[in-house]
Amino acid sequence: MIKTFNLSKRYGKTTALENLTLHVKEGEFFGYLGPNGAGKTTTVRILTSLAKPSAGTATIGGFDIQKFPLAAKKLIGVVPQAINLDMELTGWENLLIHGLLYQMRRFEIREQAEKWGVFSGLASRLAKPVNTYSGGMKRRLTIARALLHNPSVLFMDEPTVGLDASGRRELWGLLKRINREGTTIFLTTHYIEEAEALCDRVGILDHGRLIALESPRALIASAGKVVVDVFEGESLTSHFFPDRVAAGTFAATVQGSATIRNANLEDVFVKLTGRRVES
Amino acid sequence: MRGFTGVFTRELLIIRKRFLKMLISFSVTPLLYLIAFGWGLGQRMTVEGVPYITFLIPGLIAMGSMTRSFAISSEINIARFYWHIFEEFQAAPVSDLAIAVGEVLGGILRGFFATAIICVFALFFHVRLHITGWFLLAVLGNAFTFSSLALITSMLVRSHADQSMLNNFVITPMAFLCGTVFSLKALPGWAHALIRWLPLSPATRAIRATALGHPIPWAAMATVFCFGIVFFTLGVFAIRGAKS
Repeated sequence: MIKTFNLSKRYGKTTALENLTLHVKEGEFFGYLGPNGAGKTTTVRILTSLAKPSAGTATIGGFDIQKFPLAAKKLIGVVPQAINLDMELTGWENLLIHGLLYQMRRFEIREQAEKWGVFSGLASRLAKPVNTYSGGMKRRLTIARALLHNPSVLFMDEPTVGLDASGRRELWGLLKRINREGTTIFLTTHYIEEAEALCDRVGILDHGRLIALESPRALIASAGKVVVDVFEGESLTSHFFPDRVAAGTFAATVQGSATIRNANLEDVFVKLTGRRVES
Repeated sequence: MRGFTGVFTRELLIIRKRFLKMLISFSVTPLLYLIAFGWGLGQRMTVEGVPYITFLIPGLIAMGSMTRSFAISSEINIARFYWHIFEEFQAAPVSDLAIAVGEVLGGILRGFFATAIICVFALFFHVRLHITGWFLLAVLGNAFTFSSLALITSMLVRSHADQSMLNNFVITPMAFLCGTVFSLKALPGWAHALIRWLPLSPATRAIRATALGHPIPWAAMATVFCFGIVFFTLGVFAIRGAKS
């Protein structure tokens, strides 16, 4: 559904994205993980035609985003990092504008608005101005708006930033349901648990380069399933083991304090880059 | 091209929400001019063969429709840099031309709104305007030209501060110098020659002549639309160029 080949973006002397080659399959829930400034938003901006690549190609549903941008854009829905709703207008009016931009007829817009309004739990709020909504409601409306024209691919750029824990979990449930209905999701995040909980495959991005691409389970297994964190003074070092027996044997030899736990994607990132994702 | 309805509908909805605020803010400047220069001076002087207040009102229409049409630049600017609403347009399967048409139509609508307010004031000041198709065409040309110019500037500027600077150094001088509140014939020859090439000068000539029932200045009318077409074309390219 999404294919990129050697996609690069440079801003002056800074390389924001370097030779990204990627294939996201139809119906996949794809996670794009990396720290702030890794190039996640740049990738989304290029794939949604908001920015031009410096080199390389990308297709959405077989349409080259540079040669056939309008055809490619018809297939996608975008949930940007910053909520870009018209705060003065009502939820319904925001959906109406979106529908007209996607050349939908008014009755289609109304039908779809009702469907996604119910789906996102906002049906009773659509007649109210958006500036009366909570942060979570604005985020859900942004998602409902992106889905209004039934896109095949939904790009979501850090959609849970700024939400509290319950709002985040609520949104995860919504995203899972959208994916189950057949929509391919391309989700950027720097929340490890989000990528682990939601994604079929995860691409790890660092300094504009894709450094790993696998399912969360395979990535974790490649790093070592069990981790021993050793605390020496103020420093923490992590050691990776294929199973708990090996980890236990090692922990018994440690002089300071040590904890044994299951590995996660954060560990994969640390092992690959020497840094933490949320650093 | 159908996608322009999305952009234009947004403009209509915003205007509907802000109708009262816009009505008041669009009324203040022309009303002050009419009181200060119309009542204060207008009954004792004549300019180009008509009472000053009769000369002034079409000038205020030219000035008002220009400034209100051009004001969409600030709106687009805010939509781009603060609310990121413009990205919703750019991410949609809508051509740059359709975005330009939607935005410029929004600017034209604001220009006509300002014109309507001044026409109502004209009734209170007992000035009879000839509201004909030619007059509306002249106003349309002016609003089209400055909405299109606004589109270009809003795509080129990097911040809201740049936009304000542009207003101060380009739009405000033009509003005063292009024959809106005084006759260009009063200026020295070199200044007259220079100012007549600014886009608002032919627009003012066309609006004043049609509003007062004088012969239609075809050259001025055509010049206004030429400016409009050139600015609009550049505006479409400016939208394309605004992608990083």
